Amino acid sequence: MEAYLAVVVGAVFAGGFYLVMRRNLLRFVFGLILLSSGVNLLVFTVGRVSRGAPPIIPEGASAPVGEVANALPQALILTAIVIGFGLTVFAMVLLLRLYERLGTLRTDELQAHLASPRPVPGLPDEEAPA
Amino acid sequence: MSALLVAPVVWPLATAALLVLLQGRLTTQRTLSTASAAAQLALAAILLAQVATQGILVVQFGGWDAPFGISFVADHLAAVMVLVNGIMGTAVAVYALRDIDADRERLGYHPMFHVLLAGVNGAFLTGDLFNLYVWFELLLIASFVLLTLGNRREQLEGGIKYVAANLVASMLLLTGIGLLYGATGTLNMADLALKLPLVPVGLATTLAMLFLVAFGIKAAIFPLFFWLPASYHTPPVAISALFGGMLTKVGVYALLRGFTLLFVADVALTHGLLAWIAGFTMVVGVLGAAAQTEFRKILSFHIVSQIGYMVMGLAFFTPLGLGGAVFYMVHNIFAKANLFLIAGIARWYGGSFELKKLGGLYRHRPLLAVLFVIAAFSLAGFPPLSGFWAKLVVIRAGFEVQAWPLVAVSLFVGLLTLYSMTKIWLAAFWSPVPEGVTLRAGPAPALLYAPVVALALLTLAMGFASAPFFVLAERIGAELSDPTGYVHAVLGEAAAATFVARGVAP
Repeated sequence: MEAYLAVVVGAVFAGGFYLVMRRNLLRFVFGLILLSSGVNLLVFTVGRVSRGAPPIIPEGASAPVGEVANALPQALILTAIVIGFGLTVFAMVLLLRLYERLGTLRTDELQAHLASPRPVPGLPDEEAPA
Repeated sequence: MSALLVAPVVWPLATAALLVLLQGRLTTQRTLSTASAAAQLALAAILLAQVATQGILVVQFGGWDAPFGISFVADHLAAVMVLVNGIMGTAVAVYALRDIDADRERLGYHPMFHVLLAGVNGAFLTGDLFNLYVWFELLLIASFVLLTLGNRREQLEGGIKYVAANLVASMLLLTGIGLLYGATGTLNMADLALKLPLVPVGLATTLAMLFLVAFGIKAAIFPLFFWLPASYHTPPVAISALFGGMLTKVGVYALLRGFTLLFVADVALTHGLLAWIAGFTMVVGVLGAAAQTEFRKILSFHIVSQIGYMVMGLAFFTPLGLGGAVFYMVHNIFAKANLFLIAGIARWYGGSFELKKLGGLYRHRPLLAVLFVIAAFSLAGFPPLSGFWAKLVVIRAGFEVQAWPLVAVSLFVGLLTLYSMTKIWLAAFWSPVPEGVTLRAGPAPALLYAPVVALALLTLAMGFASAPFFVLAERIGAELSDPTGYVHAVLGEAAAATFVARGVAP
């Protein structure tokens, strides 16, 4: 089971890195989302996968009896999902603002804009002295 | 005791929560924010005093002993870094009273500032690798908001690069943590130190490289630093100073911790690579700075260059080198942040960060010129300022291990740093006021000057009364190069004996 999952993780990573290296920033963020799913799957896989053995301590005992599933990766993934969600949402809002401001999300066009910035009416480009 | 160890994290988080509730009441927020930062500084000082008298302090959360629960560990390095963070937090909080505009305050500057401080402290204190990741993310999200708050064009352009680089680094860090957990079955750093020697050397080194890249992006080492000079000059000066001083050093701290406690299986390879990286980081950063003509951009490139010196100390991997790296880091945080703050005051008078549009500040404001000289020449390593001693220790460590090429490079980079600082001095302070520019009649607000003077005094203290700082750096160097004490404090007597028996400790 772990071997199959390892292949899946590899495929998801490959897709994620492909998207991250694209010129369009929106694809970059999609790539990050894919990567973070890949990482979560990876953490799940390295915890070793088993079936039908819930980590429940029987009544009267102080430790689980026999082999049980590893519950820790799921706790880690849950944390990572929440963090990944927050970061992705922030990145999306940042992209939206950038698009509103400059009208493009292609890195080469952004670079050209950086070389010769054109002012946007009504919005200050730099800080005014305090 | 345990409360003291948790306080540097809980205190700013509680403050942030309270500040959110007070949203809109600017005066109350400002008072609370500054007072809380000062209180945090006091707590950090007590923590360091406790660590200095009682040795390494440990807290296990939730009644689960290590390695099962999450531990917080305060050794000398962590305690010193928390104290430095407290000093920087207070200095920047005071400076921000006049530097951050009301718009940004309404958008939530104050809570985010304290979330950032909490994240940084958490990263310093945690003894658990996954927990380190969580603190990194917490400080990242706060830094994202602070960097882009205000929505200026250049902030968005710099912000997207900062966000992109750091999110990729976070993915790599989590991948590394996942694989490390798979290989050892533990996430507690002391327990990892115990179990990593059982992992095949090749696998351990591969994992080390993954962490090197992840921490390296956050620390802005060569060739992963491009995001730093693209973004650090864009937010208001107070935020730039905190970022330039503290944030990259959290990455350096992670490198120091990771490559002394965990990844020491193949020192010749990993630390040999670190030595190359250190050399290139120093040179590329300082050459980049030489090409810049904007006050804050010059400083941003110098952050990169100076990271090289710290990595150099780590690469030597001797007690002297490690202690030197920490001494350098602390000196650099004060001097670098101070230069950013001084750039802000220079703009208050001259109206610009462009060196071409600045001039005549020496005649106009001699005190500002003196403050600049202290910070700038300390950065360049002039005796007897703090930077001189910092460089001296790192270079002496280089002599000990006979790393002549790296020592030569670091001396050469010191000269180029002096060139950059002289460039700023000549353009902004010494040369006549450019035509069409009138310097604002002063004096600038005392709240802008106060933190600058305080940091300059610290720089002078580290230079003229360096003995206590050296003693501390020596102890940190000894602790880092022999982590038996760390393992003993977290896991107890038996584990420490196993650790020594496995032959990891020198």
